[in-house]
Amino acid sequence: MTSKKVEVLVGFFVALGIAALIFLALNVASQSVSGSGQTYELKAKFSNIGGLKVRSAVKVGGVVVGRVESIELDPVDYAPIATLAIDSKYDNFPDTSSIAILTSGLLGEQYLGLEPGFIDETVAILKHGDYIEDTKSALVLEELIGQFLFNQGSDN
Amino acid sequence: MNSLQAIGRNTIERLSAVGRASILIFGAIFGRFNLFKAFPLFVKQVYVVGVLSLVIIIVSGLFIGMVLALQGYTVLIDYGAEDSLGPMVALALLRELGPVVTALLFAGRAGSALTAEIGLMKATEQLTSLEMMAVDPIKRIVAPRFWAGVFSMPVLALMFSSVGIIGGHLVGVEWLGVDHGSFWSIMQASVDFQDDVLNGVIKSVVFAVVVTWIALFRGYDAVPTSEGISQATTKTVVQASLAVLGLDFVLTAIMFGS
Repeated sequence: MTSKKVEVLVGFFVALGIAALIFLALNVASQSVSGSGQTYELKAKFSNIGGLKVRSAVKVGGVVVGRVESIELDPVDYAPIATLAIDSKYDNFPDTSSIAILTSGLLGEQYLGLEPGFIDETVAILKHGDYIEDTKSALVLEELIGQFLFNQGSDN
Repeated sequence: MNSLQAIGRNTIERLSAVGRASILIFGAIFGRFNLFKAFPLFVKQVYVVGVLSLVIIIVSGLFIGMVLALQGYTVLIDYGAEDSLGPMVALALLRELGPVVTALLFAGRAGSALTAEIGLMKATEQLTSLEMMAVDPIKRIVAPRFWAGVFSMPVLALMFSSVGIIGGHLVGVEWLGVDHGSFWSIMQASVDFQDDVLNGVIKSVVFAVVVTWIALFRGYDAVPTSEGISQATTKTVVQASLAVLGLDFVLTAIMFGS
């Protein structure tokens, strides 16, 4: 009933399908299985997070070291707090480090730029759950324009 | 009175057709069959509906990917955003065009053939003779074709998307000069395996069930004359295509809506 040729061709068909799936998984989709998933949490309080989203990247000098895990408001003063999951490979940030919300390109996505600070004997290393104190909020275009117009008005 | 009767008869006919279709699919899915006997039949049907559809799927995938890249490029270049060509082509193919166009081509290429084959079996009373020999035609004829369709279409859709992305690469990168690195890296950054690839596969499985079901039912339920078979084949292609397009909207709204 089923000739050998048919079986070979069906096997070829299945193999081609698996190859397509592997191609899509490895070359087209993001490698979401990044590392072993060993991360630790840092927190940062901003006054305005702009367009930052959960899963936005945290970069040091352009290299992705972690992602934004969650964003919520502080229950007391209603300032947004971003919780970051940082790869445990990079566990040596001093608490003099600063973090800023930056934009990739003119219209691109927003990400967090982490700037490692100086280290001396009095400076502690950031551990799981610590806050990064030195934060710079997102630039909101409307506020900038408003400030500019206000300055123009006060000049005259 | 007569028009009232016509409405009633129409409704009863439609409802009983839904009932017959449900019995057919129920028998095909839940019928117990001997794996050793059924597997060769399944393989044969995968060859007929899957392997023989490869050429049309791969050629149309390639050209649709190429056209997408060409059209996308002419719009994106105005905003200096031609680097986003990769994600545009990949997302359009994986989420929508891959499953939908594969299902439409499958309905035309394999669905119509299934209807005509089963309809002719009915017209030449082969189905009745099978029953005379105590062979259940649903197990012997319908079930292998159904499972072969459900198995083949997602595989074909994956190939369609892959070949389409390669086609987009050919036009975008090799011909129009989009940067090779940004084409792939931005694509990888914005395509998620679970959200985009797997949802596309789920869509394609749903379409496979619907298209194969309609094709098999139209054939099994055809009026056993040459005219009846031609009508059944037309109905298969029209109904399957409309069902795919309608379901696609519903599935998209559920998967990517919020």
